[in-house]
Amino acid sequence: MEYKKPCKMPENKTETHNDSRRTFLKQSSLLTALALTPAGVVEAAKLDEKIAEKFEKVPLTLEINGVKKKLSVEPRTTLLDLLREQLNLTGTKKGCDYGQCGACTVHVDGMRVNSCLTFAVMQEGRKITTIEGLADGDKLHPMQTAFIKHDGFQCGYCTPGQIMSAVACIREGHANSEAEIREYMSGNICRCGAYPNIVDAIVEVKNGGQKV
Amino acid sequence: MNQFQYARPTKQKAAVELLAKDPNAMFIAGGTNLIDLMKRNIVAPQKLVDINRLPLREIEKENGGVRIGALALNSVVAEDKLILEKFPLLSQALNAGASAQLRNMATVGGNMMQRTRCYYFYDTALPCNKREPGSGCGALEGFNRMHAIFGFSDKCIAVHPSDMSVALTALDATVLVTGPKGDRTIPFVDFHRLPGEHPEIDTNLQKGELILAVDLPESPFTKNVHYLKVRERASYAFALVSVAAALDIDGSTIKDARLAMGGVAHKPWRLSDAEKALVGKPVSEETFRQVAELAMQGAKAFEHNVYKLKLAPNTIVQALKTAAGIV
Repeated sequence: MEYKKPCKMPENKTETHNDSRRTFLKQSSLLTALALTPAGVVEAAKLDEKIAEKFEKVPLTLEINGVKKKLSVEPRTTLLDLLREQLNLTGTKKGCDYGQCGACTVHVDGMRVNSCLTFAVMQEGRKITTIEGLADGDKLHPMQTAFIKHDGFQCGYCTPGQIMSAVACIREGHANSEAEIREYMSGNICRCGAYPNIVDAIVEVKNGGQKV
Repeated sequence: MNQFQYARPTKQKAAVELLAKDPNAMFIAGGTNLIDLMKRNIVAPQKLVDINRLPLREIEKENGGVRIGALALNSVVAEDKLILEKFPLLSQALNAGASAQLRNMATVGGNMMQRTRCYYFYDTALPCNKREPGSGCGALEGFNRMHAIFGFSDKCIAVHPSDMSVALTALDATVLVTGPKGDRTIPFVDFHRLPGEHPEIDTNLQKGELILAVDLPESPFTKNVHYLKVRERASYAFALVSVAAALDIDGSTIKDARLAMGGVAHKPWRLSDAEKALVGKPVSEETFRQVAELAMQGAKAFEHNVYKLKLAPNTIVQALKTAAGIV
């Protein structure tokens, strides 16, 4: 497996991104406190927080559903939280947040992954596809159509993850029998128990020969 | 989760130097276990050195064997042509672990470095010598259904969760590492350690060392192999007991054998005596029963894992039968 673009960050920028927040705050607060009245100090402190926030964030470029985005994130932001909280792409669900349920499944450079178990900054330069990027305009992806036809869900919470995983399952070549589908879909848990219908949907798309 | 500094070096040397500078720094590769542990405040590194941009993803022929880069993804290794042809046991073990999504993220080096799944290690409200040295072992007299039957100490009875490592132990792999003091090679069987007085230390990797590759020597075990994993559901669960079995068969006689168990100790459990006992014996269920009994010598169970004393030898027999093609 090769990633297409190696990171091109200059050597001196690779090292740290927030190491001197405390020093910075101390120095800037001191200077502004000397220069301003007490009311002004409060304002200055607010400003400090804003500047400090900028200080701690890391620039990040991602292509999300075909659109290139220049972003700024805290290193501890997971890819899932970036999608949901910062980009409002709430189709990707947070189930367990520990990589046990698969509700957060997205594609990174075409491979399905659990977006809750990777930091967004680690994906610099990668192409992300979420459930919102699967349909072609108003035309649903064949897997979405098949899930509707076969009732591949009840409450629907696991569905975006199931569909992203199902598409990858076929693309990988792991949908050659019901047993194989069940094995390669085992990372997506459905508490409603729609598994037989999910398997039916995948079998139909696989046998339908449409491009997935 | 605590805040941390983030670095993304592109050169091996820079990665090692970044880690050496900071006692609270850690490498991150796939992140599937580390981020999980950080979310639960079980580990709290002050700096993460992201090694994903280092050129360590290749799988290539090396002296008749294969060298696998430390950053090769579990899913990529499992389906690699060279691995399928020369080391199908490794492929089977990898595919028995985790889920398709996690195998797309997890690396070979990270798989080796994963921490135990002992409930007491994961629950910060309970004692655990591995998480907090000196706090005691909750599992020893607590709920110990998943726990060790070999090699444990009174400080820790946790087991190592990796499937991949069980196969690599059986296949005589070696680990190539680099660090502040230079490169060195560690036999895979010595990479993980037993808990003894220091269960907080999982491996013999020294502070600041980086795994570069895993080397698999040329092997005759290309056909009669089987990785059998027994778990509480059909897929996507950690092993209760697993067995990596590899046989080199001439007619109906066993020429050579490799055997290791998972889910039974703090490290992958190589069964050297059983391997030796298999050599020269006829391929039969009776042979396999005898060596399974030998393999279980010294096993000791706790309150809730007595079942493993029966499950483990049965799994050995079944794995060997499947490897030998006895239905």
